[in-house]
Order: sequence, then C-alpha cells, then structure tokens
Amino acid sequence: MDFGLTDEQRMIVETTRAFVEAELYPHEAEVERSGHLRPELIREIQGKAIEAGLYAANMPEEVGGAGLDTLSWLLYERELGRANYALHWTCVARPSNILLAGTAEQREKYLFPCIRGEKWDCLAMTEPGAGSDLRGMTASARQEGDDWVLNGTKHFISHADLADFAIVFMASGEEETPRGRKKLITAFFVDKGTPGFSIREGYRNVSHRGYTNSVLEFDNCRLPASQLLGEPHKGFEVANTWLGATRLQVAATCLGRADRALQHAISYAAERRQFGQQIGKFQGVSFKLADMATELRAAELLTWAAAWKFDQGSVTEADMSMAKLKASEVLAMVADEAIQIHGGMGLMDDLPLERIWRDARVERIWEGTSEIQRHIISRELLRAVGG
Amino acid sequence: MKVLVPVKRVIDYNVKVRVKADGTGVDLANVKMSMNPFDEIAVEAAIRLREAGAATEVVVVSIGVKQAQETLRTALAMGADRAILIQAADDVHQDIEPLAVAKLLKAVVEAEAPGLVICGKQAIDNDMNATGQMLAALLGWSQGTFASELAIEGDTALVTREVDGGMQTIKVKMPTIVTVDLRMNEPRYASLPNIMKAKKKPLEEKTAADYGVDVAPRLTVVKTTEPAGRKAGVKVGSVDELIAKLKDEAGVL
Repeated sequence: MDFGLTDEQRMIVETTRAFVEAELYPHEAEVERSGHLRPELIREIQGKAIEAGLYAANMPEEVGGAGLDTLSWLLYERELGRANYALHWTCVARPSNILLAGTAEQREKYLFPCIRGEKWDCLAMTEPGAGSDLRGMTASARQEGDDWVLNGTKHFISHADLADFAIVFMASGEEETPRGRKKLITAFFVDKGTPGFSIREGYRNVSHRGYTNSVLEFDNCRLPASQLLGEPHKGFEVANTWLGATRLQVAATCLGRADRALQHAISYAAERRQFGQQIGKFQGVSFKLADMATELRAAELLTWAAAWKFDQGSVTEADMSMAKLKASEVLAMVADEAIQIHGGMGLMDDLPLERIWRDARVERIWEGTSEIQRHIISRELLRAVGG
Repeated sequence: MKVLVPVKRVIDYNVKVRVKADGTGVDLANVKMSMNPFDEIAVEAAIRLREAGAATEVVVVSIGVKQAQETLRTALAMGADRAILIQAADDVHQDIEPLAVAKLLKAVVEAEAPGLVICGKQAIDNDMNATGQMLAALLGWSQGTFASELAIEGDTALVTREVDGGMQTIKVKMPTIVTVDLRMNEPRYASLPNIMKAKKKPLEEKTAADYGVDVAPRLTVVKTTEPAGRKAGVKVGSVDELIAKLKDEAGVL
C-alpha cells in the first residue's frame, strides 16, 4: 500500500491551504461576530476562488470542475474545512453532485450556472417530522395531468435563503414491499419565485455562524414535468447514485478543523509557561496532545482509505460511516481538549477554538447522526452472518 | 524569447527553524520544504512576460537534491512550460554553494540560449545573495539586481531597483540577468486545473557531472547557533521616564 501523496495531491493541499489562510481566515472574525456574510465579500472571494480553480472543484472536468479523484477532492475539502464553514461553503462552493443527474436542459439551467458561480443550489429532504427517518416524510407531490403539485413543509434547509433554486424530495406515493409499505419519493427542481413556494427564515443555531438554514413551504406549488429530477418515484435512487461521498466530505472537513485546533494546542503547549516551565512539559498536557494526534491520525486513515476504496469501486456503506463517525467524534474530542490546554483563553473568541468547539457539535448530527452511522456499520456486520 | 528561472528548494518560511544538535547547520529532516519565496516571484514575473507576449517559453531549473523536482512541479503548476532538474547532492543537508550553482546555470544558459534569466534576489535559507551576480559575471552579461519592476523594450530591459534611499531605474542590454525583490509581484496560486496539467509537462533530469561542474563545498561552516533570546522589556511610568531612559540608557536621543 502507498500512503504517500502524489505531487498533484501535495500541490492541491498547498494551493488550497494557501488560499484558505490568505483569503478566508482574515474574514472569519467579521463573519463570526456579525453572523452574516456580506454579498460584496462573497463576490470578492468567489472571484478569487474561480481564478484559482478552487470553485466547484468537486465537479468532473468535462463540466468545468477540477476532475479530481476522491482522495484528492477530500484533501481539498480538509483544507477548506479549516476555515469558517459559511465562508468556504458559500465563497468556494461545491455544488451538489446530484446536479449531474439532470437532463441536458436542466444542466444548462442549474448545473453550469452553479459551477460558474452565478447560482447556488440547496437540497431539501428534512422535515419537522422526518429527520433520521427520511422516508417518513409527509410533504407530498401528486400528479395532475402533466403537472405535479407540491404541498408540505421542509426545514433545516441549509443555504436556502441564498440559493436560486432547491432540489426538493417529496413523497409521491406508496408501494408494497416484502418489508411492508414503503413511501415512494420523487425529486424536483423548484425555482425561487415559483408560485406556491416560499422560504422563511429558519432557526438560529450554535454551530457555524454565518451559515443559515430555512423553512420551505409548499402550498399547491405547481410544476411542469420538466422540473422532475430523474424518474418519478425514483428520488432516493437518484440521490444514492449521484450524491456521492457526502459523508466522507463531512469527515474531511472535520479533519481540517481538528488539525487546526491541534496545531493551536501544540504551539500553545510549547509557548505557555506555568510553574517555571512550558506547560507541554507536564504530562497532563503532553499526553493529551499525544492522544489528540493519534486519534486524528486514525480518523484520517479511515477517511483516506474509504476514499481510495470509493475510487476502486469497493467502498461499503460501513466504510463511509466509520470515517464520518470517527472524524466527527475526534473533532469534538480534539476541540474540547485544545480548549482545556488553553485554559480560559481557549474560550475567548480571539482564538478560533471556541468556534471550532461549537461548530464540532453539528458534525455528529447532520449527514447522518452518529447513531445512524453506528446502525449502518453494525447492520453490515450482522447481515454478513444472517443477522 | 525564452526565459530561464532558477528555483531553489528551501525550508518553508513558516517552519520554526531548529539548529542541529552538532551545530553544523539547520535540521532539515522531516521538515516542510517549499520554493524559495523570491524564486516564486521570479517564476510569476516570467509567466507574466509570456502572458504579455514578451516571452515565448518559461523554463525552470533547480539544482540540489532529487526532491527538488517537487519544487519544479510547483513551478510548472504555476505556469512554467518546462523544467530541468540538476541533481547535485544526495543529502538534503548539503547546500550547493552559489559559485557552483552559477557555473551549472552558465552551462544551462549555454545549452538553452535564453534571452533573459530571472532569479530571486537571494534564497531565504542562507541569504547569500550571490548566484545572480556570479552568473552575470561568468556569462559576461548585464545584470539588474533587487528589481521591483521589469519592462522589456526591444533588446533592452528597464529594471527598477530597490536601493537604499529609494528607487533606481536602469536600462540594461539583453540578454540580461534580473534578480527580483519582494515587491515585484504577488505570485499566483497554482490553480487546480494547472496542477493537473503540470504532470504532463516535461521535466528533464540531469546531474552536476553531466555539466562537468565540481560542486564540492569551498566554504566551511564553523558554527550555527540560534539567535540569542530577547531580553524582557521594562514598563515605564511616564513619558518623562521614557525619554530619560532613551537618552541615558539607550543613547538613541
């Protein structure tokens, strides 16, 4: 096995890191303190990201992306993940891979403008009554002649206020399966401004200042069949085929943030003196650093191995769940211990630690809670022996 | 016109430098290495000349250990067209001295026949600030050092130099050697698509022996030490006290 980076991967890391440090870090304090991303700031950073080829780099080369293999893409995600989430997600956007599933017309209308930085997408699945149990969704789509009529509510929809359109998953019927009745799901493109579609401000939350979530309301929102994404009733199939390694993306951004916290902790332990010596000389601090670094390395290896298997076509659901589970939990531990090493100073917003600690919390919840990841992992173990 | 840009692999400017236990130099084992920042500025300057139509090809050359090819790949990813690696050492701790580098570069210039060589004014590892000047002397070419601006006008180059007390603009005959200072430009990021393309660009591998240049060190490092730690400051109670101390103790007023 080869655990080294190629020249290209090394340079991707260097370019992305340099960009993050020079173009994103200087604006973090503003976004953290105001909780808001100024449109002019978005445009300014976005322009630079496009010039550096970092914008929409998750996309294949033939549609204007960087055409990276999964590991290279995740190395890029790790570097972006070091910075404030709202800044990197908005200004160095990675449009959802599901846009690739669209028809030629839909690609023109949605995919390419997103890659060019002219539009933003958002993905709407979660409902007040359907979180981990996505198939329990009640927002519905029913066919009327050639049209589809959407009704219901989605919430926690990230970036919907900024987005120009939403990719919405709706319950469109039911089918009998050997394991009982199951809802059928259909995916749609819904443009902002479509009659019957409205967006309300969502909740204020502890993690990721500057990041917004919204509530989407559908009240007899009528769409022509051309707004269907994929086949009717095949919404989850489209998602599973096209969404890609989103759990690994979350894992990689966690790794970046954890590494940033760890580097702060290491520097501080070497500089800070108490009782006449560097605090890193005390085992109570140095062993913490050793555990943080070891756990982080383990999470990295899980993530990189899953990425490598993803490109080999041999990745399993458990591989990706293990990486996401471990990376998000290691981030929480590293952020917490980094603050402990800094003492009171770690809680002040002069350092990025308090926000890394706050931001860490959501990572164990979104993109599948830690419990859902453990369910996926254990199910794979048990099914192999008939469990 | 072809532009040649020598680039050096040096300890990354962000790394906290440590002296080796035996005092023979700086510890480079498992330390992050990067392109000398002044050389990055030189690469950027050359690429801009090509983009402006003043140059047709940018060739980068690095002299040192085999790993210097990483530095060359970075230059290719920034936009250089072609690279030459001259392996002159196996040990990362062996620094190739400016005169040996200049002799090797002279051989490269004779083979490649560039119309312009752009170097960093110095490398941030040992701050010799000598290679560009020595190369000009060996070739008998003109030179414009510490450049903050460069304009090509036919067979002359206008070089704005950062000198003590201000700026000096000189006109030099081409071919010429220009060594660049910090304010020449801000180097671009190697863009992701260009990083992917860099793999396909040619990188020629040579050794110092191919050019018949002896790179054995002529200089002896006597001692390497860390700078003395800064003494703690004092707090003064008033402006008068500050002025008195500046006058009597520091002797600067």
